[in-house]
Amino acid sequence: MDQLQKSMLEKIADLHEVPEGAYNIRYNGKTESRNTTANIDIVTKEDVQGIDIIVKPGTKNESLHIPVILAESGLNDMVYNDFIIGDDADITIVAGCGIHNCGVDTSKHEGIHTFHIGKNAKVKYIEKHYGEGEGTGENVLNPTTIIHIDEGGYMEMESTQIKGVDSTVRDTKADLKAGATLVIKEKIMTHGKQVAKTNFEVDLAGEDSSANVISRSVARDESEQVFYSKICGNNRCYGHTECDAILMDNAKVSAIPALDANNVDASLIHEAAIGKIAGEQLIKLMTLGLTEEEAEEQIINGFMK
Amino acid sequence: MLELRNVCFQVNEDNNEKEILKDINLTIDDRFVAITGPNGGGKSTLAKVIAGIVTPTSGQILLDGEDITGLSITERARKGISFAFQQPVRFKGLTVKDLITLAKGERISITEACSYLSEVGLCAKDYINREVNASLSGGELKRIEIAMIMARGTKLSLFDEPEAGIDLWSFNNLIRVFEGMHDKINGSIIIISHQERILNIADKIIVLANGEVTAQGTKEEVMPKLLASSEACATLMNKLA
Repeated sequence: MDQLQKSMLEKIADLHEVPEGAYNIRYNGKTESRNTTANIDIVTKEDVQGIDIIVKPGTKNESLHIPVILAESGLNDMVYNDFIIGDDADITIVAGCGIHNCGVDTSKHEGIHTFHIGKNAKVKYIEKHYGEGEGTGENVLNPTTIIHIDEGGYMEMESTQIKGVDSTVRDTKADLKAGATLVIKEKIMTHGKQVAKTNFEVDLAGEDSSANVISRSVARDESEQVFYSKICGNNRCYGHTECDAILMDNAKVSAIPALDANNVDASLIHEAAIGKIAGEQLIKLMTLGLTEEEAEEQIINGFMK
Repeated sequence: MLELRNVCFQVNEDNNEKEILKDINLTIDDRFVAITGPNGGGKSTLAKVIAGIVTPTSGQILLDGEDITGLSITERARKGISFAFQQPVRFKGLTVKDLITLAKGERISITEACSYLSEVGLCAKDYINREVNASLSGGELKRIEIAMIMARGTKLSLFDEPEAGIDLWSFNNLIRVFEGMHDKINGSIIIISHQERILNIADKIIVLANGEVTAQGTKEEVMPKLLASSEACATLMNKLA
């Protein structure tokens, strides 16, 4: 691994070296290295770009890292990754994409991730998106996540985009069977002229299924964000969606929550709050000796933590 | 030592000039000063003028002889002024430890952060990693606010009605906290309060009514006047009830 790869891996996957356990590192549109374990198999797809990840039923305490790095300006990378998680498995998956664009052309990565989560299986999925580079070329990341959770299954998805992604459209669709749970925590910070669009669509199909979709974002400079979240309650179920955004400079944020209750026992809630940093928060931290800029930074760091 | 010279503050309300502070002259070099008086008398405004949150229309503020009238909130904080708000602010994402660390101005150990919480009667381990958000009650926030001032340990600490929103049981502990501070602190404490028990432990009491200092002195000097003044007394009694 060279220095660039190392630094990108640290940013998107908190990795300082090659990870333990199963991994697949994709670099400039090709698999750079891979490791499988007795319980986690990774197979290259034959028809399209991408991999199938098969986790055996009952696999416990294992992790899988699948970082993607794009360091070539003008690269257009589209990948289909399927995750088949066996019944009763308990696994942590760390994905993430970093683009280092030094050129003038647009670098683009589109990842279509499909999860099939078995009965009573538990998945923690962490995804980080990051862009950098001195060039004028745009960094574009469009992740699509499709989630099917079988009875009693659980998935927690943490999705973070803090810096350097010029344009992103993030689509997430999920359907849940009886007793299944989905928790999504999204964090986005946009600056410059960046545009970020997020669409969540959750179908609570099974009895006692539940979903909690939480988005926290900061929009600075001239950037724009759109948050669309729809939860359909088609059974006795519980759904909650929340969008909390801090607005700065000339940025724009739209929050469009939608609830669709088709069963008398569906309980659905949405909350959305958009606004600039409260003046009293700044004043409080200034009375502790911080400058206005330092106070702002602390408030944002805390909010995005 | 804090000095206020001819401090006035006016606001324009419905095209009428309203005087909130009228020519305030005060010298505070006592260890423990209580400011009391009827609601709307200008007490909180005075505290905000000292902390730099409100700019006076005219007059001067001096800290240890240095004119700080033109200094910002941050600069005054760095010169040694701390201010506990009447209504503490909530922060999504920042924890109690984050705020205490910011107040202290340097990285501190968990043990040290916890010691400030214990002093204000909070069981430290239950609170240290809590977010300072809507899940905390008003009384809990007030105590965290006081703990932050203790962590700063500056030469001037201002408290705006620290007792408001604190239940009776906690109030007894709070009095003990302030009694303790009285003994330990090197600088001055200014407390805006309506509570007789706080006035009782003050070295000096200042009465502010209608934007003017109507009385100041020791409790022996001020309390009888305070109780004789029917308006102030009624307000005070209502507050105590």
